[in-house]
Amino acid sequence: MAGMDDFVSDSDSDYTSYWRDWFISSRGNEYYCEIDEDYLTDRFNLTGLNTEVQYYQYALDLITDVFDLDCDDEMRETIEKSARHLYGLIHARYIVTTRGLAKMLEKYKKFDFGKCPRVMCHSHPLLPMGLSDVPHQKAVKLYCARCEDIYNPKSTRHSAIDGAYFGTSFHNILFQVYPALVPQKTTERYIPRVYGFKVHAAAALVRWQHKDRAEMRRRLRKMEVESGFDKLDGEEDEEDEEEDDDEELEDAPEQNPAAVVQYRGAGEVATLQ
Amino acid sequence: MSTSSGSPESWISSFCSLLGHEYFAEVSEEFIEDDFNLTGLQSQVTMYKEALEMILDVEPEDDEDDDDEEDEDEEDISGDGRDGLAGRHERRHHSRIASDLSVIESSAEMLYGLIHQRYICSRAGIQQMSEKYELSHFGVCPRTNCNQTRTLPVGLSDTPGEDTVKLFCPSCLDVYVPPNSRFQTVDGAFFGRTFGALFLLTFPDYDLTKSGNEQLANLTRADEMVNINGMWARNIAPGLGKGRVYEPKIYGFRVSELARSGPRMQWLRKKPDEITVLDEARQFGEDGESDDDDESMDVSGRAVAGRRRPGNARLKRQAQNGSPMAIEANGAESEL
Ligand SMILES: [Zn+2]
Ligand SMILES: [Zn+2]
Repeated sequence: MAGMDDFVSDSDSDYTSYWRDWFISSRGNEYYCEIDEDYLTDRFNLTGLNTEVQYYQYALDLITDVFDLDCDDEMRETIEKSARHLYGLIHARYIVTTRGLAKMLEKYKKFDFGKCPRVMCHSHPLLPMGLSDVPHQKAVKLYCARCEDIYNPKSTRHSAIDGAYFGTSFHNILFQVYPALVPQKTTERYIPRVYGFKVHAAAALVRWQHKDRAEMRRRLRKMEVESGFDKLDGEEDEEDEEEDDDEELEDAPEQNPAAVVQYRGAGEVATLQ
Repeated sequence: MSTSSGSPESWISSFCSLLGHEYFAEVSEEFIEDDFNLTGLQSQVTMYKEALEMILDVEPEDDEDDDDEEDEDEEDISGDGRDGLAGRHERRHHSRIASDLSVIESSAEMLYGLIHQRYICSRAGIQQMSEKYELSHFGVCPRTNCNQTRTLPVGLSDTPGEDTVKLFCPSCLDVYVPPNSRFQTVDGAFFGRTFGALFLLTFPDYDLTKSGNEQLANLTRADEMVNINGMWARNIAPGLGKGRVYEPKIYGFRVSELARSGPRMQWLRKKPDEITVLDEARQFGEDGESDDDDESMDVSGRAVAGRRRPGNARLKRQAQNGSPMAIEANGAESEL
């Protein structure tokens, strides 16, 4: 990734990326990277897109700054809309190329796609992704490689972007191409408590999940595959599942006055039902 | 800034209407005036008495200048030219030195937060929070597979100064950073560790699988009416389990667990297909298998040591289920 020429090198290209410059720097379009001129002008890369987009050729001309049709505003707006859609469709293909991956990686490192809202992920950077590769199905989502889950964008200006412009594969390909970027996995988690005591139903689920995790780690060890978990929270949680549960209990009653004092009302909560 | 009614906004409602304080409930004066509820707080807050007076809008008892105080009282009664919270307190406390006043102000905020932590776990407080919950004052879960489940404000610690307020999602049982940065200065201890889980135990009839206006639904689907350890089966992490776990794919092919970048965290979002697997009390009753995790919470909100009598809570709950009275009794019907 490093050392790759991230910028279009000659001034001629600077001029020719006028529409794309404007597009990716527009508010709400922060998730897109700029598609290379070279990629756009190779017809092979655009195979099949001509049937997906209205006024395909005009739209492509606009994206590559060679649009010179004399038309009314309404027509211009229609072509403009088509160009944005076409850019998105090409973008989905571009970001899984070597150069596209490198560009998205730079944006990932700059937190351009935001941070994971999950507390235990400690602000891990997100990646944009789609739940479908077919346009007009699902809006863009954000993937966290630490908890391996997907989240809704915070801002409504992002939640309207078509997920197909990023696709279902890109974020997974990125970590396959750059395995060193796979973040360390953690068993750290939230456990719901009432006055220091675990809630029975939730605690039972947590124990079940920890067994599932231990089984996975056993499978991986058998196949001699790295689990990606810290060695420290490694072995013992398999040997003694209950131990980490017990540790969590320790900080409960004594040092916390809230757990010792029975407030008036607190005891009555139960009778509400 | 004068109000036509002539009655100024209380310190508490001013505090709760500040930007970033949207999650706070207005603690009733009744709760604060009951010394029992404040047990142990004196030692946690500097200038406790003054802070408490500020919260309750009580005139401080100042020995030296009683006359001044008297004059001011009259002014206060007749005067409608109040200029906001700060101005009012400045005048009331004008005999104090400025540095004292700012100490009292911040002490009052700290004290209010600590009282708030307790209040929202009381009957009146949790009721007030449920009304805020229904009005979506606390936002929704950012996790896509939680389908906009409403969240609850919680702390990861009961000790102030350790961490900011977080949002607990009852659908995935996880905690999230509030989306707006204005909440990132609010102390999590002011909500505390207990409220989120207590809320679920207190209002077991909320249908967490529904969002918006529908979240209180009839308990009709028999398979979901099973009660497990004090919670309805359908309310145990409805956002987890089959179909709610992200499966990484490349060009339609699942990424193998054996790949270096393969899935490692799915356990966190999994749930047994057959939820009664989690009914350890029932299993205990059936096969007598022992389990030493014995300190937990039963449905009545009391901490119990030792194994609960199997099936007890279940029977109790089933006697109530389906009855509209059971729903009304917890006061959560107000939206319907
Ligand atoms: Zn995450
Ligand atoms: Zn959730």
